[in-house]
Amino acid sequence: MVASAPALALEQVTVTFVSPDGGRYTAVREATLRVQPGEFVSVVGPTGCGKSTLLNIAAGLLRPSGGKVEVLGAPLDGLNTKAGYLFQSEALMPWRTARANVTAGLEFRGVGRAEAAARADEWLQRVGLRGFGDRYPHQLSGGMRKRVALAQTLILDPQIILMDEPFSALDIQTRQLMENHLLELWSANRKSVLFITHDLEEAISLSDRVIVLSAGPASHPIGEFPIDLPRPRDVAEIRLTPRFIEIHSLIWHAMKEEVLKSYAQQLH
Amino acid sequence: MPSSSTKLLRVWQLLLFVAFMVVWYVATSPTLLPPIYFDDPHKAAFFFGEPVKVFERTWDWFASGTIYAHLWVTLLETLLAFIIGTGFGLGMGLWLALSPTASALFDPYIKALNSMPRVILAPIFAVWFGLDIGSKVALGVTLVFFIVFFNVYQGVREVSYTVVANARILGASDRQLLRHVYVPSAMSWVFASLHNSVGLAFVGAVVGEYLGSSRGVGYLILQAEGTFDINAVFAGILVLTVFALLLDWAVTVAERRLLVWQPRGGETEKI
Repeated sequence: MVASAPALALEQVTVTFVSPDGGRYTAVREATLRVQPGEFVSVVGPTGCGKSTLLNIAAGLLRPSGGKVEVLGAPLDGLNTKAGYLFQSEALMPWRTARANVTAGLEFRGVGRAEAAARADEWLQRVGLRGFGDRYPHQLSGGMRKRVALAQTLILDPQIILMDEPFSALDIQTRQLMENHLLELWSANRKSVLFITHDLEEAISLSDRVIVLSAGPASHPIGEFPIDLPRPRDVAEIRLTPRFIEIHSLIWHAMKEEVLKSYAQQLH
Repeated sequence: MPSSSTKLLRVWQLLLFVAFMVVWYVATSPTLLPPIYFDDPHKAAFFFGEPVKVFERTWDWFASGTIYAHLWVTLLETLLAFIIGTGFGLGMGLWLALSPTASALFDPYIKALNSMPRVILAPIFAVWFGLDIGSKVALGVTLVFFIVFFNVYQGVREVSYTVVANARILGASDRQLLRHVYVPSAMSWVFASLHNSVGLAFVGAVVGEYLGSSRGVGYLILQAEGTFDINAVFAGILVLTVFALLLDWAVTVAERRLLVWQPRGGETEKI
């Protein structure tokens, strides 16, 4: 492993989907994106710009049509085993209790039952779900299910964490609580994070760097903005600071045109 | 605690039963009413049986213990048909759902076999497997198989893409994916059809016995018909009905224990 290699690098990645009737759709064209070790990077862009496609490429769930993907300096072949993935929609196994969902990854790796359960309880406590281990997902609220999913991913201690609008389905208060919680967990054990969102405020308040994607089709990064806000941050309070507002208007200015383009496409 | 309205409902249900029995008793008794429809006062009892005699016969069967061997055979056939049919249905369902090639290849044959009235296979099974329990189990299996098969097929197809992707990212191998994602998802559909498949396993056993056997409750009914013993026929039907209700109740209990992870109607507990 090269010491200076980025944790995750997408180099000139192009993704073209071919539909069964022969139609071609290029979701992403020649996108280059790097995440350094321990860095929190957010990708923002208008809806339908291929944000999730980029994340699926990084996870190894999709193969790029062109370009290359490198994980910790090594080319990615198949699934990205160094990564954890927090999905936008429900990804918990509904037939497993919260605890059994958290232990799933350990179980797949052959960790003993007792040890896995002990570690799961530790993680459930860490995400604020102590005593909820025996509940099934349908008995938990949306926010609690996200916490279980977070514990399920983080218990495996992945080098890279991929997040696809994980909090978009939550109400604003729960969402800010979860964001603070995520920052807390992240600063305790700094991993590389690639965070996808359509919410610019969320992106700025969480990240070290924000990447703006152009409108689809054939979207690609059109701007990179380092976020020099001090840490630790409180996502609710930091939104009121002058520097935040300054950065926000800067990025919004760059995004606006793309958002309008994306709206215009949806109207046609 | 049953509320007063459910208690009242139970009383009415009981009254309905009593009323039915009284009408049956009075209408078939050779002495209580003058013959209205039949020219002979004993003819009504000949065609429709007499409730008291039906219960007497049923009581005799249980008191003398002759029924137990027959019930046991019918139960054994039902259980075997259910287990084997479910096993095959699960295996085939998983295989075809996960292999598009196999699915495309077998599709017309599965459809044809499912459309066929499979009870008609009973005589063939009797030739192949003899008059013992083998032929009854085979008939039950053909009935149970398709229910389970289609449910498993649907269940695997409907697994959320995200759940599968998540399990793979968490490190599940293909075998672990099958065991921890596809099978549990399919099982929820199998359980949803449990009442149906147990019921049909029972139908397979009884119809098989009825068409030719030497043991079982279906055989008892067949024997009674052969001697025009209508009371015994009704007694057999009564035993079968009670037995089917018990089976159904057992399924409900099993379902409650095994599907705890599924939200039930009216359950609002959320924190």
